[in-house]
Amino acid sequence: MNFSLGRRILLTLAAPVVALVFSVAMSSIVLLISGSNPVAAFGDMMSHASRLETMVDILNRATPLYIAGVAVAIGFRMNLFNIGVDGQYLLAALVAAHLGAMVNLPGVLRIVWILVVAMAVGAAYSGFAGVLKVTRGINEVISTIMLNAIAISGIVAYLVREWQAGGAILSGSASRVGTTPIPESGLIPDLNSVVEFFTREVGQGKELTGMLVIAILVGLGYHILVNRTRFGFDLRASGINPFAAQVGGVPAKRMVVSAMVLSGAVAGLVGMAEINQVGFFPANPIRGLGFTGIAVALLGRNHPAGIILAALIFAFLDISSGVLQFTGAASREIVVIMQGVIILAAVVAYEVARRARERQEARSAAEALGDIKPLEAA
Amino acid sequence: MAKIPAWLRWSLYAAVGVLVLTTVQGFDDTDSLTAAGSSQSMLRWAVPILLAGLGGLFAERAGVVNIGLEGMMILGTWFGAWGAVVYGPWWGIVLAVLAGGMGGLLHAIATVTFGVDHIISGVAINILAPGITRFLSSEILTTLEGGSITQSPRVPGVGTFTVPIFGGGNIGTWQSPDFFGWIAAREWFLVSDIASLAKGLMTRISWVSLIALLLVPFVAWLLWRTRFGLRLRICGERPQAGEAQGINVYRYKYIGVVISGALSGLAGAFIVSPELSGIYLEGQTTGRGFIGLAALIFGNWRPLGVLGGALLFGYPFGIGLRDLDGSASHSLILVNAIGLGAVAIWAATRRKRGDAALALALGLVAAGWYLLSDTLPDVWINILPFVIVLIVLIFFAQRLRMPAADGLRYRRGEH
Repeated sequence: MNFSLGRRILLTLAAPVVALVFSVAMSSIVLLISGSNPVAAFGDMMSHASRLETMVDILNRATPLYIAGVAVAIGFRMNLFNIGVDGQYLLAALVAAHLGAMVNLPGVLRIVWILVVAMAVGAAYSGFAGVLKVTRGINEVISTIMLNAIAISGIVAYLVREWQAGGAILSGSASRVGTTPIPESGLIPDLNSVVEFFTREVGQGKELTGMLVIAILVGLGYHILVNRTRFGFDLRASGINPFAAQVGGVPAKRMVVSAMVLSGAVAGLVGMAEINQVGFFPANPIRGLGFTGIAVALLGRNHPAGIILAALIFAFLDISSGVLQFTGAASREIVVIMQGVIILAAVVAYEVARRARERQEARSAAEALGDIKPLEAA
Repeated sequence: MAKIPAWLRWSLYAAVGVLVLTTVQGFDDTDSLTAAGSSQSMLRWAVPILLAGLGGLFAERAGVVNIGLEGMMILGTWFGAWGAVVYGPWWGIVLAVLAGGMGGLLHAIATVTFGVDHIISGVAINILAPGITRFLSSEILTTLEGGSITQSPRVPGVGTFTVPIFGGGNIGTWQSPDFFGWIAAREWFLVSDIASLAKGLMTRISWVSLIALLLVPFVAWLLWRTRFGLRLRICGERPQAGEAQGINVYRYKYIGVVISGALSGLAGAFIVSPELSGIYLEGQTTGRGFIGLAALIFGNWRPLGVLGGALLFGYPFGIGLRDLDGSASHSLILVNAIGLGAVAIWAATRRKRGDAALALALGLVAAGWYLLSDTLPDVWINILPFVIVLIVLIFFAQRLRMPAADGLRYRRGEH
């Protein structure tokens, strides 16, 4: 049995590693064809990433990716595909930033208010897709694609113009247009003091986002919910075999709506990292975190810790590739190709590993049965 | 209803649609809803949606869900633009079709050979494709005169033509009479409006548009009247039955998905052609692959239905483009209200009280919106196709029927 367990762990770990290696190999080939030196390019990225300021940037990028990954993973646990995270988090961030600036609350209460509004909007928008699924039988993939477009190019595009505070707003060194700024006291403080306690002063005006704490809490909550509660058990049971779960007394329809609501509530927090960083909802916010979140959740196998690793890998590629612009070792766009290849390679590798594991299980079951002769070889 | 042939049914729908447009136009004192220019730009917007939708049809009839249409379309835009700039317009189209087909091949390898979830593979392709084009832009477009990392130089087109006699096109050097133009000028109720719209569909249309329109009957024939089509469709309905008949299911799925990518690539080539933009711009597909998917669902996984969906979704874009003050788009709200009213009546005759009340409520909201506003913000035009599909799904989801094994994992020899 020990051998089989070891092999199983090996198979689980082998798949993402193979995907990473494959992606590095593929992008190296692309770089070689285009006349760049892959060793120099990856070397530059590595040395850039080892700087404290870059690490802060990587964590800042990994934070929303992680939250998006968890949001998608909650759905995946029940075989629900929440493609709508993009629309949910943009809509949630916009409404939360606006209401956060409009409603006058002291300090911490305002922070909580903004987070609650964001989660509520995300939950409502995602829950709508859940309701459509159980009452009208509309596949959530299709409805969330439609709802994404309606939210992003419709509602958000319209409201951001309507709610735009007059003229440009100065934030940091650059002026950006957006909603009314939230007072400083209503923003989650940065974690620079914590970093500086352990290392040195963070330079270049970089701030480690306070949303990191929220992201960790979300991860813990996700772990406890899925693995330690009745609801989580029902969720996983419905995902593995909906009919068996229903026979076992799990209300299938309510589970669908609950899962979508939960997923949307977490999705609502994705945009909070940017809101807390710039202090308002910008007219051109970071988009596409939801789709990257799908990639992150897949690479991390819906596991709370696995998603952390996946989010860090994607954030590392995003951030550390910035240095390539200055060193000129390669075109930084190569990392977008890498991300696409990683995710495609990872899902293929998981699928192959899953089949290998199934064969392994079939074989060990046959061995355990011993003298009972199987009718045909697997 | 089922006894009426599909083409006649869709023509009837179209005639009723024009009647509604004509009536609404009377209220709003505008004639842009049925102007020849409107149907002309409707066609331009509809062609990429139609091609993507037909692409989706091939994949999903073979049982593979393809939400990577968007990514394959992006590949088509880049290679279409690059090929047209460097080698000439027809080469651009060939390269775009090949690039889209390669995207389809990738999707087929992942989903058919490796059995990866179709949605996941599609999402991955949608992430990968913009990465590839961005990289290629940084490597190649920046070296072209007038190109940059986000855009290409001007893209040449394949040319246009006008139908003789009906649209007033030339036969040789002789300019033929303009029959529909003549009727349109008479200002006869409804008849002139139909003629005006028809003239728009026959004047200065691109050769690619013509190919796209001719593809509709061709695809209908290919998928429903040939042995190849029957075999492809059995892979989407009951692959095990096909396997029992000795059909190589994997091969038909591969063919379906690769054609799907190729058609999306062609859609991309059309987007960068002078018909629509005349230039490659990063991010210019703006979800049209998804709109194609919406047209496929709206059209109930049938070629004529896809055409209907594409024209319906292209129409508001076409109106919005020519509508500088937002008044014509505004009239479309009334069209929506009338549509919802029709749904309410339809639901009431079927004794679906809940549906009727819901449709009536939505229709009243639309009517109230129409009365209380003067113009429509342009962003609403962008989301109209998605809203329409959502409404169609809400009220008619039970009447739509996708291929039975669509999106399911199929392994040879497993049941």
